[in-house]
Amino acid sequence: MVTNITSFGRSGLSDWLMQRFSAVVLAIYTVFMVAYLLLNPNLDYYAWTALFDQTWMRIFSLLAFISVAAHAWIGLWTVTTDYLKSTFVRVGAQSLIILAIFVYLVWGIQILWGA
Amino acid sequence: MSNLQVSIYRYNPETDSAPYMQEFQVDTKGRDVMVLDVLHMMKEQDSGLAFRRSCREGVCGSDGMNMNGKNGLACITPLSEVVKGNKLTLRPLPGLPVIRDMVVDMGLFYKQYERIQPYLQNDTPVPAIERLQSPEERDKLDGLYECILCACCSTSCPSFWWNPDKFVGPAGLLQSYRFLADSRDTATSERLTDLEDPFSVFRCRGIMNCVAVCPKGLNPTRAIGKIREMLLADAT
Ligand code: SF4
Ligand code: SF4
Ligand code: FES
Repeated sequence: MVTNITSFGRSGLSDWLMQRFSAVVLAIYTVFMVAYLLLNPNLDYYAWTALFDQTWMRIFSLLAFISVAAHAWIGLWTVTTDYLKSTFVRVGAQSLIILAIFVYLVWGIQILWGA
Repeated sequence: MSNLQVSIYRYNPETDSAPYMQEFQVDTKGRDVMVLDVLHMMKEQDSGLAFRRSCREGVCGSDGMNMNGKNGLACITPLSEVVKGNKLTLRPLPGLPVIRDMVVDMGLFYKQYERIQPYLQNDTPVPAIERLQSPEERDKLDGLYECILCACCSTSCPSFWWNPDKFVGPAGLLQSYRFLADSRDTATSERLTDLEDPFSVFRCRGIMNCVAVCPKGLNPTRAIGKIREMLLADAT
């Protein structure tokens, strides 16, 4: 067994499962968004906010945000462990990535429940 | 018939400061010989040329090399299969340290093989006769046991190039599944526990370079998929 403390779930199996699950969530969210935009060609601000005022849409969107965060972390963590061989550079890049993901996630939640 | 143009990787760490490509003209008399035969003709021109070979019939796995960009066994690869425009470029297996010319250090490859414990483990009392298998159970080992450990697959796998110390690689994983699938082996859960980390199995990205080059026609990607299924079944 190869130990690793910076991967998402510390286990290759759980990371792999999470990567698949989040991909499915993102695919469904994307299809929904594209379909919604196509079916509402004259979309205005009021219809758009009405959509995001509904609890189910907020839950759906939050699920998609969390999926992006997990998906991005697992994917980029893999890239850093493949290509960044200097521990200093790798840990630095991983810290930056996790920080950016955290900021985007909190920011996304604020937009969903704000305004 | 013009001579075959061969360009081959040369490196002798005792005398060369860096590897270089050497050009050879080889007269094959127009015959469609194997790449290994061409290597022997080159060795007649330059006896210092180093490469490994033994069985010269695709059984021992010692002459895996990169021929015009694709890994394979020189002894069973006819020129007609690889030569393009009368040119042949020969390089050692990619990603492993070069000892000299075409001879590579297979240490990491064997270390990963050793890691998966490539032997039958069974802690039940030894029967008076051999441990029996049904024909169906035996069938599960087909496509697994035939591997000759030539390393053509693992050295064509980018995941193995980047992490040869952590990712078991297609050859090792094919053998790992050979023992996971064996009805006589009782160490299944210990074997699975050793593989569930993010590197050993899960660094495989499924691009199937391994399948494309295996001279024995084996399918490591399928075996890796089966290991994943076993891990999933075991842990959920
Ligand atoms: S799986 Fe095929 S390519 Fe890989 S080591 Fe075995 S025989 Fe060689
Ligand atoms: S399928 Fe997996 S093991 Fe085979 S070459 Fe691709 S990454 Fe390597
Ligand atoms: S010399 Fe034995 S496999 Fe080619």
